[in-house]
Amino acid sequence: MALDTTTMTKDPILKVEHLSMRFGGLMAINDFSFEAERGEITALIGPNGAGKTTVFNCVTGFYKPTMGMITMKQRSGKEFLLERLPDFEITMHAKVARTFQNIRMFSGLTVLENLLVAQHNRLMQASGYTILGLLGFPAYRKAAKESIELAKHWLEMASLIDRADDPAGDLPYGAQRRLEIARAMCTGPELLCLDEPAAGLNPRESLALNGLLQTIRRDTGTSILLIEHDMSVVMEISDHVVVLEYGQKISDGNPDFVKHDPKVIAAYLGVEDEEVEEVIEEIEEIESEQGGMKQ
Amino acid sequence: MANVASTTASAGTEVTARALREAVFTGFITLGLFFLFVGLKTDQNIRNELILTERWGLLATFVAVSMVGRFLIVAYAQPWLAQRKAAKAAAPEIARGEGFFRRNFANIAIAALVLYPPVIVALVGVQGSLKWVDNFGIQILIYVMLAWGLNIVVGLAGLLDLGYVAFYAVGAYSYALLSSYFGLSFWILLPVAGILAALWGVILGFPVLRLRGDYLAIVTLAFGEIIRLVLINWTEVTKGTFGVSGIAKATLFGIKFDASKDGFAAIFGLPMSSAYYKIFLFYLILALALLTAFVTIRLRRMPVGRAWEALREDEIACRSLGINTTMTKLTAFATGAMFGGFAGSFFAVRQGFVSPESFVFLESAVILAIVVLGGMGSLTGIAIAAVVMVGGTEILRELTFLKMVFGPTFTPELYRMLIFGLAMVVVMVWKPRGFVGSREPTAFLHERKAVSGSFTKEGHG
Repeated sequence: MALDTTTMTKDPILKVEHLSMRFGGLMAINDFSFEAERGEITALIGPNGAGKTTVFNCVTGFYKPTMGMITMKQRSGKEFLLERLPDFEITMHAKVARTFQNIRMFSGLTVLENLLVAQHNRLMQASGYTILGLLGFPAYRKAAKESIELAKHWLEMASLIDRADDPAGDLPYGAQRRLEIARAMCTGPELLCLDEPAAGLNPRESLALNGLLQTIRRDTGTSILLIEHDMSVVMEISDHVVVLEYGQKISDGNPDFVKHDPKVIAAYLGVEDEEVEEVIEEIEEIESEQGGMKQ
Repeated sequence: MANVASTTASAGTEVTARALREAVFTGFITLGLFFLFVGLKTDQNIRNELILTERWGLLATFVAVSMVGRFLIVAYAQPWLAQRKAAKAAAPEIARGEGFFRRNFANIAIAALVLYPPVIVALVGVQGSLKWVDNFGIQILIYVMLAWGLNIVVGLAGLLDLGYVAFYAVGAYSYALLSSYFGLSFWILLPVAGILAALWGVILGFPVLRLRGDYLAIVTLAFGEIIRLVLINWTEVTKGTFGVSGIAKATLFGIKFDASKDGFAAIFGLPMSSAYYKIFLFYLILALALLTAFVTIRLRRMPVGRAWEALREDEIACRSLGINTTMTKLTAFATGAMFGGFAGSFFAVRQGFVSPESFVFLESAVILAIVVLGGMGSLTGIAIAAVVMVGGTEILRELTFLKMVFGPTFTPELYRMLIFGLAMVVVMVWKPRGFVGSREPTAFLHERKAVSGSFTKEGHG
């Protein structure tokens, strides 16, 4: 394991340590640890049912992990133990936003309203928890104007500005994916967790998605953690890839390293039973070689 | 030309022939259906024996009505509808701008309501206005206000509440008890009743936070019944089923509506009449209802109102955006309950008497029916639904000519619920999303476009 040590420098934004999640008798995640660096795009990949979404749900508080520790370190140096926070506080205080594998839009609200709902907490404060806003205080009017400006900014980024007044449910699938990302960004996150953002997109749309994600990272410095099956997205944009199979980490490193890791190839392509040992031997050989090289 | 004329003529005779045929079939079906239901009736005679009354005349009326109805539908209504549909499809889409009336509907309606009592007094005199202002005006406005209050919970936040009448009861009893035990005035107790009802809204909200859909509905239903049973059984305080009577009337800036020297009639030099008090109450409930509407409209543009609607659309997405759904649900329950409480204290001051019988489940069902019928979330639609439903049942009392048709023992009020149900089915078939199914967006960048009802969700919890 030579190459994965190269990134082990500076400043991780998210540290997952010994995470385990058990559903009844099923161990969905077993002693899983990884780190996501600040300002990088970290991809979490693995075959279907490997437990990727479960990791996401643990990080964003939708599940309470059976064991383990998830630490989020903000730019300001403030640290949050995410496994102890209720889900909405993870977005509110720890500044972790997420999207969903099966898009969750507010389909009856307009595109603009979707982005305004995302700015709930800031507006809530500005409106004096509704009371001052109800009485028409100017502070709320100003905040409301700002919130529309922010929404406009993200609509332009997601090239949805022309559809701003249409119901979100009326958008085509690819646009809904982009809207969901824009909505998550409106919460002002430091870590953006995307659950299969390219699922169901055509090649052109997924190219546009790559552009959007890179712009987000460049302009806002938001770190991104994503689950993805579309390798053209993963290999293109991610700085760091973590591979999960049967709830355990099998590989961790930069995209090139992971792409050529025989364990990953075995996990994805599958191997015949008699070949398993062969493959393991092969892996061990390579590992010892690498170990030798390192020494 | 002659050719065309002859084809239309032959089509006409064909339709008539078909209509006649279908009318005859309908007649047979009606006869078969109603032969036992209507044609024969079992009765008890004076010696308590069961006797069979034959009502062939009535049966014949039923059959005739259905035959004529079917004939008219097939021969005239159906071709007319088809023609209209074809015309509509052919017509270009552009000339569909909203008329002046549509755009200013709310303002016109408010102006009409403000002018309603003087117009009625001018038309039928002071004494004659009593019925129209009280039975129609006040009664309908109470339901408008209740439905607007429930709309916050059901229409905006998507939380199905079958026990809304409980908050109405809390408001009514708050005023009734606090005024008769402590002699406090209506104007002090109105906000108190609202606050108490909101408190009970939160108390109901807490245990049901985790529940969704059917389960939530059942628990709220039970809550409504608990409040009513407490009112019945806590006789030391509430006087049980006897109810609280002699509740103090409201005053207008300290001016009482009675026959005394400094009463309203004496001060303004008017002949003594209870109609003035009713007109005052009319304006009071109008103001309260408008307050409800105003607050609802304002709240929808506040973050909390948007969070309610977002909650109706998708609760999990709400939590992923950092919205505290617990607080959001509780505020929805509390706000809805508060308006129920206001309406309740108004109800108590209007009746001068409250008893648990006024707060049965049927009331909750009627209010919910108005919300659903009007279109969940739409204030205009709900107001129209309240007028149709409550006004419609009041109108039934006025239809005395029906007695001439069905005999002197016929009381149209008894068919109230039947017609109510029938009207609901008809409206739901015709407009499944209620009178106003679309939703007004709360903010816009370029132009305000109504969101079609097919995108909004009904809520699931």
